[in-house]
Amino acid sequence: MGFKEKCFKKSLWLFHFSAGSCNNCDIEILDCLTPRFDVERFGMKLVGSIRHADVMLVTGIVTKKTKPRLLEVYKQAPKPIVVVAIGACACTGGIFASGYNFAGPLDNVIPVDLYIPGCPPKPEAMLAGIIKFLNKK
Amino acid sequence: MIKDLFYFLIFPGLVFSGIIGGFFSWFDRKITARVQFRQGPPLLQPLYDFVKLLLKETILPKNGSPTTFILAPVFALFGAVMVSVFILLPAMGIETGFNGDLIVIIYLLNIPSLMYIIGAMASGNPLASVGASREMKLILSYEVPFLLVLLSIVIKSGMSIKLTEIIAVQSQKGAFIGSVSGIIGFIVSSFLAAIFFSGLNVEGIHILWSFLKVLVVVLLITLIRNTNPRVRIKQAMRFFWIWMNLLAIASVVLAILGL
Ligand code: SF4
Repeated sequence: MGFKEKCFKKSLWLFHFSAGSCNNCDIEILDCLTPRFDVERFGMKLVGSIRHADVMLVTGIVTKKTKPRLLEVYKQAPKPIVVVAIGACACTGGIFASGYNFAGPLDNVIPVDLYIPGCPPKPEAMLAGIIKFLNKK
Repeated sequence: MIKDLFYFLIFPGLVFSGIIGGFFSWFDRKITARVQFRQGPPLLQPLYDFVKLLLKETILPKNGSPTTFILAPVFALFGAVMVSVFILLPAMGIETGFNGDLIVIIYLLNIPSLMYIIGAMASGNPLASVGASREMKLILSYEVPFLLVLLSIVIKSGMSIKLTEIIAVQSQKGAFIGSVSGIIGFIVSSFLAAIFFSGLNVEGIHILWSFLKVLVVVLLITLIRNTNPRVRIKQAMRFFWIWMNLLAIASVVLAILGL
């Protein structure tokens, strides 16, 4: 593993995009930042703008309303960017897959690097997923 | 010429203040994490962040002004490095500085914040201009008490506007602290350390002692920030304009009275 790659993996800045979730996954993402899980140990932190981000966490089914915005935000992201689909909704559509405004799932819209299933996934699951992903690449 | 370049580029300029600034930004994050009962980032985190940011794509604003957008951070860095050269050389007793360097430092200290404002404006982003106007308000509010406090120091050291003389006066009369009165944090705090705690010293055991002085100031700033996380701009302005100004004016009066 080269030095550059190591630096990239050690300093992932997260941006959180909610593409029509039920808000439960979003709360679980915030749980990762709390003292119990503390993702800052791994150098991750939540940033307020996609322009600063290295990882885009997407939650929720992609609705017809959020799809153009999601594409816009994805285009604005400085590459290289890692896209993570968080929750059953983002991975497959989950319980809303037959909804009238379902325009996803996420990997039909933008390329996805990592899927974390669960409804909502536990913070442990998210951390485990991201760490596995980092070790694999 | 070579010596000046060395001062500017290596010690105590770009490289030195970059490394120390990185250390202090880690220190700040670590203390914040410990205050919140978290583990905090590893020591090399600023290095990782720096290298990663170099690897990322640079996006130029379509509606803004690309030249200003790129140049503003360069000027901000230049200002910060210049301040660190001007403060650390006299504070460590390497060079004596020149008459009036205090005034130059005051001007240079403003350059980074001004450049943040200009860079944010140049991005053509409405959110960035909100940030810029906040930064502007903050400058407006902290500048006056800061200058007043400096004024009281100048009066106390017998109307001297030269950093070495102020430090020398303190080593005779005792430090001025008794009176009422990630790079930038480090510079400001070594400035504070130089002005209030009778300077920094680079001989033998004194290196550690000087470093501790700066560390204590950074610790204090971080703790204040962490215990007041939700101060709004309006409250900050009120605090600086009314209470801090009153205190600063009191310290000027006391300094004139010779207390
Ligand atoms: S996966 Fe479950 S918790 Fe997450 S947004 Fe969908 S329904 Fe809500």
